[in-house]
Amino acid sequence: MKYTYGLKKGIPIALGYLSVSFGFGISAVEKGVAPLGAVLISLFNLTSAGQVAGVTVMVAMGTIMEMIAAQFVINLRYSLMGIALTQKLSSDFSFLKRLVASFGITDEVFVMAASEKGEITPKYMYGLITLPIIGWTLGTFLGAFSGSFLPEGIRAALGLAIYSMFVAIIVPPARDSKPVALTVIIASVISSVHFYLPYLKEHISGGFAIIICALIASLTVAKICPVKEREEEINK
Amino acid sequence: MKAQFWILLVVMAVTTYLVRMIPFTFFSAKIKSKYIRDVLYYIPYAVLGAMTIPHIFYSGGSTQASVVGAVVAFVMAFFRFSLIAVAVTACVVAYFSGMIL
Repeated sequence: MKYTYGLKKGIPIALGYLSVSFGFGISAVEKGVAPLGAVLISLFNLTSAGQVAGVTVMVAMGTIMEMIAAQFVINLRYSLMGIALTQKLSSDFSFLKRLVASFGITDEVFVMAASEKGEITPKYMYGLITLPIIGWTLGTFLGAFSGSFLPEGIRAALGLAIYSMFVAIIVPPARDSKPVALTVIIASVISSVHFYLPYLKEHISGGFAIIICALIASLTVAKICPVKEREEEINK
Repeated sequence: MKAQFWILLVVMAVTTYLVRMIPFTFFSAKIKSKYIRDVLYYIPYAVLGAMTIPHIFYSGGSTQASVVGAVVAFVMAFFRFSLIAVAVTACVVAYFSGMIL
């Protein structure tokens, strides 16, 4: 798989990030972060929930331990995704190449790479993460430096971009496979329970809730609907 | 900005990177268990489902506008429109719904 192929797959992700990180740039500056600080946060972290939590800790001048704990829990899902991706890596994916490529593992990058047929090559991964990194950082830059000029209506509507992109990724495979649809439904229901019960929402962070939802849904569905060998091969 | 801010920024970046890097770099065994492989196969869909619902209904300004945008996104995705087409149309629809509703 070529670099340019990965690059192409990264375009919709980058466009989604551009609008989401725009919102992050606006809100970080409103909370008191310097615009340059907001841009650097995005460039080095490349994650939505973790950054929002990180800014909260920074603005409150929290402790280093607090920051580590928050980032660890919220971003733990990337560890899980990293392990899943190692199962599909080509044999020329060396130690150094893994060090570089791992920087760009995000929810969307993971889903895109995990749904590729065949092995994942270093060049493909480099291509896939390039535009999302640029889009995420550029969007933050634009939001941090110019967010206040945009009309509120447009800013609000842009928030829908990344979520409708998620919908576009999951609906077609869910339409084709009942177990996949079931997985999505179980995860959505548990996520909604977490969201609408104030007690749970106060005590379990958003990032950790995603881990719990994902594990319960996939452990359950894998138990009752084992992936057919043929299907598994196609999706590898 | 105070020094503490920049220290926290570096701590944040290093923590986030290590969480991503360590499993991806040091885990190289092929998983033998069919069950675990099946779980890993379903995880991306579970993650996206959990991230999308119910948050999509509050992501585009007013709830009404977001719900309208989400429904449009779902219908377009069902008929296999591209990611960009779905995202752009949903935003435009949510924008105009926000002005009307």
